[in-house]
Amino acid sequence: MLDGKDGKARQKAMELLVRYGEALGAERLVATDNIAGVPGSSNPFLAKYYHQHGGGNHDAIFSLFDLDSDEIVEVPKASAHTCHLQGGYDPDNWQLLGASPEGFKISQESEAYIAGRGVQILKTCTPYLAGNVPKKGDHCAWMESSAVVYCNSVIGARTNTEGRESTSAAMLTGKIPDWGFHLDENRLGSHLIEVDFEIESVMDWGMLGYFCGEVVGEKIPVLNGKFKADLIRHKHFGAAAASSGGVEMYHIAGVTPEAPSVEAAFGGRKPLEVIKYGLAEKRRTYDNLNSRAKDTDVDYVMLGCPHYSLEQIQGAVELLEGKKVNANTQLWVFTSRAVKAVADAQGLSKRLRDSGAVLVTDTCSSIAQAVPPGTKVAALDSAKQTHYLPAIMNIQAWFGTTQDCINAAVTGRWNGVRP
Amino acid sequence: MSVDTAVLKGRKVVGGVVEGEALVTRQTISGWGGINPTLGTITETRHELRGVSFKDKILVFPGAKGSSGWSAMFHMTRLSGTAPKALLFTEMTTKVALGAVVMRVPSMTDFDRNPLDLIETGDWVKVDADRGIVEVRMIAPRSAALRTGS
Repeated sequence: MLDGKDGKARQKAMELLVRYGEALGAERLVATDNIAGVPGSSNPFLAKYYHQHGGGNHDAIFSLFDLDSDEIVEVPKASAHTCHLQGGYDPDNWQLLGASPEGFKISQESEAYIAGRGVQILKTCTPYLAGNVPKKGDHCAWMESSAVVYCNSVIGARTNTEGRESTSAAMLTGKIPDWGFHLDENRLGSHLIEVDFEIESVMDWGMLGYFCGEVVGEKIPVLNGKFKADLIRHKHFGAAAASSGGVEMYHIAGVTPEAPSVEAAFGGRKPLEVIKYGLAEKRRTYDNLNSRAKDTDVDYVMLGCPHYSLEQIQGAVELLEGKKVNANTQLWVFTSRAVKAVADAQGLSKRLRDSGAVLVTDTCSSIAQAVPPGTKVAALDSAKQTHYLPAIMNIQAWFGTTQDCINAAVTGRWNGVRP
Repeated sequence: MSVDTAVLKGRKVVGGVVEGEALVTRQTISGWGGINPTLGTITETRHELRGVSFKDKILVFPGAKGSSGWSAMFHMTRLSGTAPKALLFTEMTTKVALGAVVMRVPSMTDFDRNPLDLIETGDWVKVDADRGIVEVRMIAPRSAALRTGS
Protein backbone atom coordinates (compact mmCIF):
# COMPACT_ATOMS: atom_id res chain seq x y z
CA MET A 1 0.00 0.00 0.00
CA LEU A 2 2.92 2.33 0.74
CA ASP A 3 3.91 2.35 -2.94
CA GLY A 4 0.53 3.75 -3.97
CA LYS A 5 -0.66 0.71 -5.93
CA ASP A 6 -3.83 0.61 -3.83
CA GLY A 7 -4.54 4.26 -4.43
CA LYS A 8 -3.42 7.56 -3.02
CA ALA A 9 -5.67 7.54 0.06
CA ARG A 10 -4.45 4.11 1.21
CA GLN A 11 -0.87 5.23 0.58
CA LYS A 12 -1.36 8.29 2.79
CA ALA A 13 -3.06 6.18 5.47
CA MET A 14 -0.16 3.71 5.43
CA GLU A 15 2.40 6.52 5.63
CA LEU A 16 0.69 7.80 8.78
CA LEU A 17 0.59 4.32 10.34
CA VAL A 18 4.31 3.85 9.64
CA ARG A 19 5.14 7.21 11.29
CA TYR A 20 2.93 6.27 14.24
CA GLY A 21 4.39 2.76 14.51
CA GLU A 22 7.94 4.16 14.48
CA ALA A 23 7.02 6.70 17.14
CA LEU A 24 5.75 3.88 19.37
CA GLY A 25 8.75 1.70 18.65
CA ALA A 26 6.49 -1.01 17.19
CA GLU A 27 8.19 -3.67 15.08
CA ARG A 28 5.32 -4.29 12.68
CA LEU A 29 1.69 -3.62 11.89
CA VAL A 30 -1.03 -6.17 12.62
CA ALA A 31 -4.17 -6.85 10.57
CA THR A 32 -7.44 -5.60 12.03
CA ASP A 33 -11.01 -5.92 10.82
CA ASN A 34 -12.77 -4.10 13.66
CA ILE A 35 -12.36 -0.36 13.93
CA ALA A 36 -14.25 2.09 16.12
CA GLY A 37 -13.44 5.75 15.60
CA VAL A 38 -14.83 9.09 14.53
CA PRO A 39 -13.74 9.15 10.86
CA GLY A 40 -14.37 12.32 8.93
CA SER A 41 -16.32 13.86 11.78
CA SER A 42 -16.57 17.61 11.30
CA ASN A 43 -17.34 20.48 13.64
CA PRO A 44 -17.46 24.26 13.22
CA PHE A 45 -13.71 24.59 14.06
CA LEU A 46 -12.55 22.07 11.45
CA ALA A 47 -15.09 23.17 8.85
CA LYS A 48 -13.97 26.79 9.15
CA TYR A 49 -10.25 25.96 9.24
CA TYR A 50 -10.30 23.72 6.17
CA HIS A 51 -12.58 26.10 4.34
CA GLN A 52 -9.78 28.66 4.67
CA HIS A 53 -6.94 26.15 4.11
CA GLY A 54 -7.57 23.61 1.41
CA GLY A 55 -11.07 23.84 0.05
CA GLY A 56 -13.24 22.69 2.93
CA ASN A 57 -14.99 19.66 1.47
CA HIS A 58 -15.16 16.37 3.35
CA ASP A 59 -12.31 14.76 1.42
CA ALA A 60 -10.16 17.71 2.53
CA ILE A 61 -10.95 17.18 6.21
CA PHE A 62 -10.39 13.43 5.92
CA SER A 63 -7.12 13.85 4.02
CA LEU A 64 -5.57 16.75 5.89
CA PHE A 65 -6.84 16.01 9.41
CA ASP A 66 -7.74 12.31 9.69
CA LEU A 67 -4.80 11.12 7.57
CA ASP A 68 -2.51 14.08 8.40
CA SER A 69 -1.68 14.24 4.69
CA ASP A 70 -0.34 17.34 2.95
CA GLU A 71 -2.42 16.73 -0.12
CA ILE A 72 -6.12 16.16 -0.60
CA VAL A 73 -6.95 12.66 -1.78
CA GLU A 74 -10.19 11.06 -2.86
CA VAL A 75 -11.33 8.90 0.05
CA PRO A 76 -12.52 5.42 -0.93
CA LYS A 77 -14.79 3.04 0.97
CA ALA A 78 -13.57 1.48 4.19
CA SER A 79 -11.64 -1.72 3.61
CA ALA A 80 -12.15 -3.00 7.18
CA HIS A 81 -15.32 -3.12 9.30
CA THR A 82 -15.59 0.32 10.86
CA CYS A 83 -18.15 1.95 13.13
CA HIS A 84 -18.57 5.55 14.18
CA LEU A 85 -18.54 6.18 17.92
CA GLN A 86 -20.47 8.92 19.73
CA GLY A 87 -20.92 12.36 18.25
CA GLY A 88 -22.17 15.69 19.49
CA TYR A 89 -25.70 15.96 18.12
CA ASP A 90 -28.90 13.95 18.63
CA PRO A 91 -30.79 14.30 15.32
CA ASP A 92 -34.10 14.49 17.23
CA ASN A 93 -33.10 16.53 20.28
CA TRP A 94 -30.23 18.79 19.15
CA GLN A 95 -32.27 21.91 19.84
CA LEU A 96 -33.10 20.73 23.37
CA LEU A 97 -29.34 20.32 23.90
CA GLY A 98 -28.77 23.90 22.76
CA ALA A 99 -26.76 23.08 19.61
CA SER A 100 -26.42 25.67 16.85
CA PRO A 101 -28.18 24.98 13.53
CA GLU A 102 -24.80 25.45 11.80
CA GLY A 103 -23.09 22.86 13.99
CA PHE A 104 -25.93 20.38 13.50
CA LYS A 105 -25.86 20.86 9.72
CA ILE A 106 -22.09 20.29 9.56
CA SER A 107 -22.47 17.16 11.68
CA GLN A 108 -25.27 15.78 9.47
CA GLU A 109 -23.22 16.37 6.31
CA SER A 110 -20.13 14.65 7.64
CA GLU A 111 -22.30 11.75 8.82
CA ALA A 112 -23.74 11.28 5.34
CA TYR A 113 -20.25 11.47 3.84
CA ILE A 114 -18.79 8.80 6.08
CA ALA A 115 -21.87 6.55 5.86
CA GLY A 116 -21.28 6.67 2.11
CA ARG A 117 -17.84 5.16 2.77
CA GLY A 118 -19.37 2.11 4.41
CA VAL A 119 -18.94 3.20 8.02
CA GLN A 120 -21.64 2.01 10.43
CA ILE A 121 -23.20 5.04 12.08
CA LEU A 122 -23.60 3.57 15.56
CA LYS A 123 -23.03 6.95 17.25
CA THR A 124 -22.39 5.50 20.67
CA CYS A 125 -19.65 5.03 23.26
CA THR A 126 -21.00 1.46 23.70
CA PRO A 127 -20.57 -0.17 20.28
CA TYR A 128 -20.69 -3.55 22.06
CA LEU A 129 -24.36 -2.80 22.95
CA ALA A 130 -25.25 -1.66 19.47
CA GLY A 131 -24.08 -4.41 17.14
CA ASN A 132 -20.28 -4.41 17.23
CA VAL A 133 -19.10 -7.27 19.43
CA PRO A 134 -15.64 -8.63 18.55
CA LYS A 135 -14.67 -12.11 19.64
CA LYS A 136 -11.86 -13.16 21.96
CA GLY A 137 -8.42 -12.62 20.44
CA ASP A 138 -9.57 -10.28 17.65
CA HIS A 139 -7.19 -7.42 16.94
CA CYS A 140 -9.21 -4.20 17.05
CA ALA A 141 -8.49 -0.49 16.70
CA TRP A 142 -10.87 1.32 19.00
CA MET A 143 -11.11 4.79 20.43
CA GLU A 144 -13.21 5.70 23.51
CA SER A 145 -11.53 4.69 26.75
CA SER A 146 -14.63 3.00 28.26
CA ALA A 147 -15.08 0.88 25.12
CA VAL A 148 -11.36 0.03 24.96
CA VAL A 149 -11.30 -1.29 28.52
CA TYR A 150 -14.47 -3.32 27.89
CA CYS A 151 -13.03 -4.75 24.66
CA ASN A 152 -9.77 -5.89 26.30
CA SER A 153 -11.09 -7.00 29.67
CA VAL A 154 -14.59 -8.40 29.23
CA ILE A 155 -14.42 -9.63 25.63
CA GLY A 156 -10.74 -10.56 25.51
CA ALA A 157 -10.26 -8.85 22.16
CA ARG A 158 -7.15 -6.70 21.73
CA THR A 159 -6.93 -2.96 21.30
CA ASN A 160 -4.90 0.00 22.43
CA THR A 161 -6.57 3.33 23.06
CA GLU A 162 -6.38 4.56 19.52
CA GLY A 163 -6.98 8.11 18.32
CA ARG A 164 -8.94 9.68 15.52
CA GLU A 165 -6.09 9.68 13.01
CA SER A 166 -4.96 6.10 13.67
CA THR A 167 -8.50 4.67 13.45
CA SER A 168 -9.22 6.56 10.23
CA ALA A 169 -5.96 5.24 8.74
CA ALA A 170 -6.87 1.71 9.93
CA MET A 171 -10.27 2.04 8.26
CA LEU A 172 -8.57 2.37 4.86
CA THR A 173 -5.77 -0.15 5.40
CA GLY A 174 -6.98 -2.79 7.87
CA LYS A 175 -3.71 -2.31 9.80
CA ILE A 176 -2.66 -0.91 13.19
CA PRO A 177 0.70 -0.94 15.03
CA ASP A 178 1.38 -4.30 16.72
CA TRP A 179 2.20 -2.79 20.08
CA GLY A 180 0.88 -2.66 23.66
CA PHE A 181 -2.28 -4.70 24.23
CA HIS A 182 -1.92 -6.59 20.94
CA LEU A 183 0.97 -8.51 22.53
CA ASP A 184 0.45 -11.28 25.13
CA GLU A 185 3.14 -10.06 27.53
CA ASN A 186 1.51 -6.65 27.94
CA ARG A 187 -1.87 -8.08 28.98
CA LEU A 188 -0.82 -9.55 32.33
CA GLY A 189 -1.92 -8.05 35.64
CA SER A 190 0.27 -5.67 37.65
CA HIS A 191 -1.61 -4.89 40.88
CA LEU A 192 -3.73 -7.21 43.02
CA ILE A 193 -6.88 -5.64 44.45
CA GLU A 194 -8.29 -7.70 47.34
CA VAL A 195 -11.98 -7.01 47.88
CA ASP A 196 -13.34 -8.47 51.09
CA PHE A 197 -17.05 -7.68 50.78
CA GLU A 198 -19.68 -8.08 48.13
CA ILE A 199 -19.80 -5.50 45.35
CA GLU A 200 -23.44 -5.38 44.37
CA SER A 201 -25.00 -2.27 42.81
CA VAL A 202 -23.91 -0.42 39.69
CA MET A 203 -22.88 2.39 42.04
CA ASP A 204 -20.68 -0.01 44.01
CA TRP A 205 -19.01 -1.15 40.80
CA GLY A 206 -18.50 2.44 39.69
CA MET A 207 -16.79 3.31 42.99
CA LEU A 208 -14.59 0.22 42.87
CA GLY A 209 -13.55 1.16 39.32
CA TYR A 210 -12.85 4.74 40.32
CA PHE A 211 -10.72 3.50 43.22
CA CYS A 212 -8.79 1.09 40.98
CA GLY A 213 -7.96 3.81 38.45
CA GLU A 214 -6.71 6.08 41.22
CA VAL A 215 -4.40 3.46 42.72
CA VAL A 216 -3.04 1.76 39.58
CA GLY A 217 -2.99 4.65 37.10
CA GLU A 218 -2.21 3.20 33.67
CA LYS A 219 -1.49 -0.32 34.96
CA ILE A 220 -3.57 -3.52 34.99
CA PRO A 221 -5.52 -4.34 38.17
CA VAL A 222 -6.49 -7.90 39.06
CA LEU A 223 -9.56 -8.12 41.30
CA ASN A 224 -9.89 -10.95 43.75
CA GLY A 225 -13.07 -11.53 45.74
CA LYS A 226 -16.62 -12.78 45.39
CA PHE A 227 -18.14 -11.14 42.35
CA LYS A 228 -21.31 -11.41 40.35
CA ALA A 229 -20.86 -8.82 37.64
CA ASP A 230 -23.15 -8.50 34.66
CA LEU A 231 -22.42 -6.54 31.48
CA ILE A 232 -23.78 -3.31 32.97
CA ARG A 233 -21.56 -3.53 36.04
CA HIS A 234 -18.48 -4.20 33.90
CA LYS A 235 -19.41 -1.19 31.76
CA HIS A 236 -19.57 1.15 34.76
CA PHE A 237 -16.51 -0.33 36.45
CA GLY A 238 -14.29 -0.01 33.37
CA ALA A 239 -15.50 3.47 32.46
CA ALA A 240 -14.72 4.67 35.99
CA ALA A 241 -11.26 3.04 36.07
CA ALA A 242 -10.43 4.54 32.69
CA SER A 243 -11.33 8.05 33.83
CA SER A 244 -9.78 8.30 37.31
CA GLY A 245 -6.69 6.54 35.95
CA GLY A 246 -5.79 5.26 32.53
CA VAL A 247 -6.89 1.66 32.94
CA GLU A 248 -7.20 -0.04 29.54
CA MET A 249 -7.44 -3.59 30.84
CA TYR A 250 -8.37 -5.37 34.06
CA HIS A 251 -8.84 -8.93 35.20
CA ILE A 252 -11.33 -10.43 37.63
CA ALA A 253 -10.11 -13.81 38.81
CA GLY A 254 -12.53 -16.53 37.78
CA VAL A 255 -14.66 -14.09 35.75
CA THR A 256 -12.89 -12.34 32.86
CA PRO A 257 -11.64 -14.45 29.92
CA GLU A 258 -7.89 -14.12 30.48
CA ALA A 259 -8.03 -14.68 34.23
CA PRO A 260 -9.08 -18.25 35.09
CA SER A 261 -7.22 -17.65 38.38
CA VAL A 262 -5.27 -14.91 40.13
CA GLU A 263 -2.02 -16.67 39.23
CA ALA A 264 -2.97 -16.89 35.55
CA ALA A 265 -3.87 -13.19 35.48
CA PHE A 266 -0.34 -12.35 36.62
CA GLY A 267 1.26 -14.91 34.30
CA GLY A 268 3.13 -16.40 37.24
CA ARG A 269 4.73 -13.08 38.20
CA LYS A 270 4.29 -11.45 41.58
CA PRO A 271 1.99 -8.43 41.88
CA LEU A 272 3.81 -5.08 42.05
CA GLU A 273 1.52 -4.24 44.94
CA VAL A 274 -1.36 -5.80 46.88
CA ILE A 275 -4.08 -3.28 47.70
CA LYS A 276 -7.12 -3.79 49.91
CA TYR A 277 -10.52 -2.35 49.05
CA GLY A 278 -12.64 -2.26 52.18
CA LEU A 279 -15.30 -0.03 53.67
CA ALA A 280 -12.82 2.79 54.42
CA GLU A 281 -11.61 2.84 50.79
CA LYS A 282 -15.21 2.73 49.56
CA ARG A 283 -16.16 5.71 51.73
CA ARG A 284 -13.09 7.67 50.66
CA THR A 285 -13.99 7.06 47.01
CA TYR A 286 -17.58 8.18 47.62
CA ASP A 287 -16.32 11.37 49.29
CA ASN A 288 -13.89 12.08 46.42
CA LEU A 289 -16.66 11.69 43.86
CA ASN A 290 -19.02 13.93 45.84
CA SER A 291 -16.37 16.51 46.78
CA ARG A 292 -17.77 19.14 44.45
CA ALA A 293 -21.39 18.88 45.59
CA LYS A 294 -22.98 20.84 48.44
CA ASP A 295 -26.40 22.24 47.42
CA THR A 296 -29.18 19.66 47.64
CA ASP A 297 -31.58 21.32 45.18
CA VAL A 298 -31.02 19.35 41.97
CA ASP A 299 -31.62 21.03 38.59
CA TYR A 300 -30.60 18.20 36.31
CA VAL A 301 -30.40 14.43 36.44
CA MET A 302 -28.36 12.69 33.75
CA LEU A 303 -28.38 8.94 33.22
CA GLY A 304 -26.60 7.04 30.49
CA CYS A 305 -22.82 7.27 30.87
CA PRO A 306 -21.69 5.07 29.27
CA HIS A 307 -24.81 4.91 27.10
CA TYR A 308 -27.64 3.06 28.81
CA SER A 309 -28.54 -0.47 27.78
CA LEU A 310 -32.12 -1.53 27.13
CA GLU A 311 -32.46 -3.07 30.59
CA GLN A 312 -31.13 0.10 32.23
CA ILE A 313 -33.77 2.14 30.38
CA GLN A 314 -36.37 -0.40 31.49
CA GLY A 315 -35.08 -0.03 35.06
CA ALA A 316 -35.36 3.76 34.95
CA VAL A 317 -38.91 3.50 33.55
CA GLU A 318 -39.92 1.17 36.38
CA LEU A 319 -38.40 3.45 39.04
CA LEU A 320 -40.40 6.32 37.53
CA GLU A 321 -43.64 4.35 37.35
CA GLY A 322 -46.59 6.48 38.46
CA LYS A 323 -44.32 9.46 39.15
CA LYS A 324 -43.46 12.71 37.37
CA VAL A 325 -40.18 14.55 36.99
CA ASN A 326 -40.21 17.61 39.26
CA ALA A 327 -41.10 20.97 37.67
CA ASN A 328 -37.71 22.38 38.73
CA THR A 329 -35.67 19.43 37.48
CA GLN A 330 -34.92 17.84 34.14
CA LEU A 331 -34.11 14.19 33.49
CA TRP A 332 -32.19 13.23 30.34
CA VAL A 333 -31.33 9.61 29.60
CA PHE A 334 -28.61 8.94 27.00
CA THR A 335 -28.33 5.86 24.79
CA SER A 336 -27.44 4.70 21.28
CA ARG A 337 -29.76 4.94 18.26
CA ALA A 338 -29.96 1.15 18.08
CA VAL A 339 -31.09 0.77 21.69
CA LYS A 340 -33.48 3.69 21.34
CA ALA A 341 -35.13 2.03 18.36
CA VAL A 342 -35.96 -0.98 20.53
CA ALA A 343 -36.99 1.26 23.44
CA ASP A 344 -39.38 3.00 21.05
CA ALA A 345 -40.80 -0.31 19.87
CA GLN A 346 -41.32 -1.49 23.45
CA GLY A 347 -43.07 1.71 24.48
CA LEU A 348 -40.27 2.60 26.93
CA SER A 349 -39.46 5.91 25.26
CA LYS A 350 -43.09 6.98 25.52
CA ARG A 351 -43.29 5.98 29.17
CA LEU A 352 -40.16 8.06 29.87
CA ARG A 353 -41.72 10.98 28.01
CA ASP A 354 -44.99 10.59 29.93
CA SER A 355 -43.00 10.92 33.15
CA GLY A 356 -41.38 14.09 31.87
CA ALA A 357 -37.97 12.58 30.97
CA VAL A 358 -36.25 12.66 27.58
CA LEU A 359 -34.41 9.80 25.87
CA VAL A 360 -31.44 11.27 23.97
CA THR A 361 -29.05 9.56 21.54
CA ASP A 362 -25.58 10.02 20.03
CA THR A 363 -23.91 12.06 22.74
CA CYS A 364 -23.81 12.97 26.45
CA SER A 365 -23.68 16.14 28.52
CA SER A 366 -19.86 16.15 28.65
CA ILE A 367 -19.33 15.53 24.91
CA ALA A 368 -22.05 17.93 23.76
CA GLN A 369 -21.24 20.34 26.62
CA ALA A 370 -24.97 20.51 27.16
CA VAL A 371 -26.95 20.72 30.38
CA PRO A 372 -30.39 22.35 30.83
CA PRO A 373 -30.07 26.15 30.95
CA GLY A 374 -29.37 27.46 34.42
CA THR A 375 -28.13 24.14 35.80
CA LYS A 376 -26.09 24.60 38.96
CA VAL A 377 -26.43 21.12 40.47
CA ALA A 378 -26.60 17.77 38.68
CA ALA A 379 -27.17 14.23 39.92
CA LEU A 380 -25.43 11.30 38.22
CA ASP A 381 -25.21 7.52 38.56
CA SER A 382 -21.93 7.34 36.62
CA ALA A 383 -18.53 7.79 38.28
CA LYS A 384 -17.05 8.63 34.87
CA GLN A 385 -19.54 11.41 34.17
CA THR A 386 -19.04 12.70 37.73
CA HIS A 387 -15.31 12.87 36.99
CA TYR A 388 -15.76 14.99 33.86
CA LEU A 389 -19.02 16.98 33.95
CA PRO A 390 -18.44 19.36 36.90
CA ALA A 391 -15.08 20.46 35.42
CA ILE A 392 -16.41 20.82 31.88
CA MET A 393 -19.62 22.69 32.75
CA ASN A 394 -18.48 24.32 36.01
CA ILE A 395 -21.38 22.85 38.02
CA GLN A 396 -21.80 20.74 41.15
CA ALA A 397 -22.56 17.06 40.78
CA TRP A 398 -23.86 14.40 43.16
CA PHE A 399 -22.98 10.78 42.58
CA GLY A 400 -25.23 7.96 43.80
CA THR A 401 -27.41 5.02 42.84
CA THR A 402 -29.82 5.11 39.93
CA GLN A 403 -32.59 5.10 42.56
CA ASP A 404 -31.01 8.16 44.25
CA CYS A 405 -30.96 9.91 40.88
CA ILE A 406 -34.56 9.08 40.03
CA ASN A 407 -35.61 10.26 43.51
CA ALA A 408 -33.79 13.54 42.86
CA ALA A 409 -35.54 13.91 39.52
CA VAL A 410 -38.95 13.39 41.15
CA THR A 411 -38.47 15.45 44.33
CA GLY A 412 -35.96 18.00 43.03
CA ARG A 413 -33.72 17.24 46.00
CA TRP A 414 -30.68 15.07 46.59
CA ASN A 415 -31.21 12.46 49.26
CA GLY A 416 -28.38 10.05 48.54
CA VAL A 417 -26.85 8.24 51.49
CA ARG A 418 -23.13 7.89 52.15
CA PRO A 419 -22.30 4.18 52.32
CA MET B 1 29.61 33.76 34.89
CA SER B 2 29.55 30.15 33.83
CA VAL B 3 26.33 28.48 32.72
CA ASP B 4 25.49 24.96 33.80
CA THR B 5 24.88 22.62 30.90
CA ALA B 6 23.89 18.99 30.58
CA VAL B 7 23.28 16.47 27.82
CA LEU B 8 20.66 13.72 27.76
CA LYS B 9 20.44 10.87 25.29
CA GLY B 10 17.17 9.32 24.25
CA ARG B 11 15.13 7.77 21.47
CA LYS B 12 13.61 9.65 18.57
CA VAL B 13 9.81 9.58 18.50
CA VAL B 14 9.42 12.25 15.82
CA GLY B 15 12.51 13.62 14.07
CA GLY B 16 13.73 17.20 13.78
CA VAL B 17 15.92 19.78 15.47
CA VAL B 18 14.61 22.72 17.47
CA GLU B 19 15.53 24.85 20.46
CA GLY B 20 13.54 26.87 22.95
CA GLU B 21 12.49 27.46 26.52
CA ALA B 22 11.44 24.50 28.68
CA LEU B 23 8.03 24.15 30.32
CA VAL B 24 8.20 21.31 32.84
CA THR B 25 5.45 19.47 34.72
CA ARG B 26 5.56 16.26 36.73
CA GLN B 27 1.85 15.73 36.03
CA THR B 28 0.50 13.91 33.00
CA ILE B 29 -1.60 16.00 30.61
CA SER B 30 -5.14 15.37 29.35
CA GLY B 31 -5.95 16.31 25.75
CA TRP B 32 -9.74 16.32 25.46
CA GLY B 33 -11.11 18.11 28.51
CA GLY B 34 -7.61 19.17 29.57
CA ILE B 35 -6.40 21.81 27.11
CA ASN B 36 -7.75 24.68 25.06
CA PRO B 37 -6.22 24.13 21.60
CA THR B 38 -7.17 27.58 20.30
CA LEU B 39 -5.27 29.30 23.12
CA GLY B 40 -2.62 26.62 23.68
CA THR B 41 -3.28 26.48 27.42
CA ILE B 42 -3.79 23.79 30.05
CA THR B 43 -7.36 23.91 31.39
CA GLU B 44 -7.67 20.86 33.64
CA THR B 45 -9.13 21.98 36.99
CA ARG B 46 -6.54 20.53 39.35
CA HIS B 47 -3.47 20.67 37.06
CA GLU B 48 -0.39 22.51 38.35
CA LEU B 49 -0.07 24.24 34.95
CA ARG B 50 -3.71 25.34 34.77
CA GLY B 51 -3.92 28.52 32.70
CA VAL B 52 -0.31 28.22 31.49
CA SER B 53 0.47 28.32 27.76
CA PHE B 54 2.61 25.63 26.12
CA LYS B 55 2.78 27.47 22.79
CA ASP B 56 6.34 27.40 21.35
CA LYS B 57 7.70 25.74 24.51
CA ILE B 58 9.80 22.59 24.86
CA LEU B 59 7.19 20.63 26.82
CA VAL B 60 8.80 18.26 29.35
CA PHE B 61 6.20 16.00 31.00
CA PRO B 62 5.56 12.38 32.00
CA GLY B 63 3.08 11.73 29.19
CA ALA B 64 -0.58 11.65 28.22
CA LYS B 65 -3.66 10.66 30.16
CA GLY B 66 -7.41 10.66 29.74
CA SER B 67 -9.61 10.50 26.70
CA SER B 68 -8.73 8.99 23.33
CA GLY B 69 -9.30 12.47 21.89
CA TRP B 70 -5.70 13.37 22.93
CA SER B 71 -4.18 13.34 19.45
CA ALA B 72 -7.05 15.23 17.83
CA MET B 73 -6.90 18.00 20.45
CA PHE B 74 -3.13 18.43 20.09
CA HIS B 75 -3.52 18.14 16.31
CA MET B 76 -5.74 21.22 16.54
CA THR B 77 -2.98 23.10 18.38
CA ARG B 78 -0.87 22.73 15.25
CA LEU B 79 -3.70 24.16 13.12
CA SER B 80 -4.16 27.00 15.61
CA GLY B 81 -0.44 27.80 15.77
CA THR B 82 -0.35 27.07 19.50
CA ALA B 83 1.57 23.76 19.52
CA PRO B 84 4.65 23.22 21.67
CA LYS B 85 8.00 23.30 19.81
CA ALA B 86 9.01 19.84 21.04
CA LEU B 87 7.89 17.05 23.38
CA LEU B 88 10.17 15.31 25.86
CA PHE B 89 8.33 12.65 27.86
CA THR B 90 9.01 9.57 29.97
CA GLU B 91 5.96 7.27 29.59
CA MET B 92 5.16 6.01 26.10
CA THR B 93 1.47 5.57 25.29
CA THR B 94 -0.49 5.39 22.06
CA LYS B 95 -2.04 8.78 22.92
CA VAL B 96 1.22 10.71 23.19
CA ALA B 97 2.84 8.87 20.25
CA LEU B 98 0.01 9.66 17.86
CA GLY B 99 -0.28 13.21 19.22
CA ALA B 100 3.43 13.85 18.62
CA VAL B 101 3.18 12.45 15.09
CA VAL B 102 0.25 14.64 14.01
CA MET B 103 1.64 17.72 15.80
CA ARG B 104 4.79 17.15 13.74
CA VAL B 105 7.13 18.44 16.44
CA PRO B 106 10.49 16.87 17.34
CA SER B 107 9.79 14.41 20.15
CA MET B 108 11.88 12.06 22.28
CA THR B 109 11.53 9.47 25.05
CA ASP B 110 13.50 6.56 26.65
CA PHE B 111 16.17 8.85 28.12
CA ASP B 112 19.37 7.73 29.81
CA ARG B 113 18.22 9.74 32.83
CA ASN B 114 15.01 11.39 33.88
CA PRO B 115 14.50 14.75 32.15
CA LEU B 116 11.94 15.63 34.85
CA ASP B 117 14.75 15.56 37.45
CA LEU B 118 17.15 17.56 35.33
CA ILE B 119 15.25 20.18 33.36
CA GLU B 120 13.42 23.08 34.98
CA THR B 121 10.93 25.53 33.53
CA GLY B 122 12.85 28.38 31.89
CA ASP B 123 15.92 26.33 30.95
CA TRP B 124 17.07 26.72 27.34
CA VAL B 125 16.80 23.33 25.62
CA LYS B 126 18.09 22.17 22.26
CA VAL B 127 16.40 19.02 20.96
CA ASP B 128 18.08 17.04 18.20
CA ALA B 129 15.64 14.16 17.85
CA ASP B 130 17.36 12.85 14.73
CA ARG B 131 20.57 12.21 16.68
CA GLY B 132 18.75 11.43 19.94
CA ILE B 133 20.42 14.24 21.90
CA VAL B 134 19.02 16.94 24.20
CA GLU B 135 21.27 19.78 25.37
CA VAL B 136 20.14 21.78 28.40
CA ARG B 137 21.42 25.23 29.41
CA MET B 138 20.23 25.77 32.94
CA ILE B 139 19.04 29.11 34.23
CA ALA B 140 19.86 28.18 37.82
CA PRO B 141 22.76 26.02 39.03
CA ARG B 142 22.02 22.34 39.75
CA SER B 143 23.99 19.91 41.83
CA ALA B 144 26.97 18.20 40.18
CA ALA B 145 25.16 14.84 40.45
CA LEU B 146 22.30 16.10 38.30
CA ARG B 147 24.63 17.59 35.67
CA THR B 148 26.67 14.47 35.22
CA GLY B 149 23.97 11.97 36.03
CA SER B 150 26.30 10.20 38.47
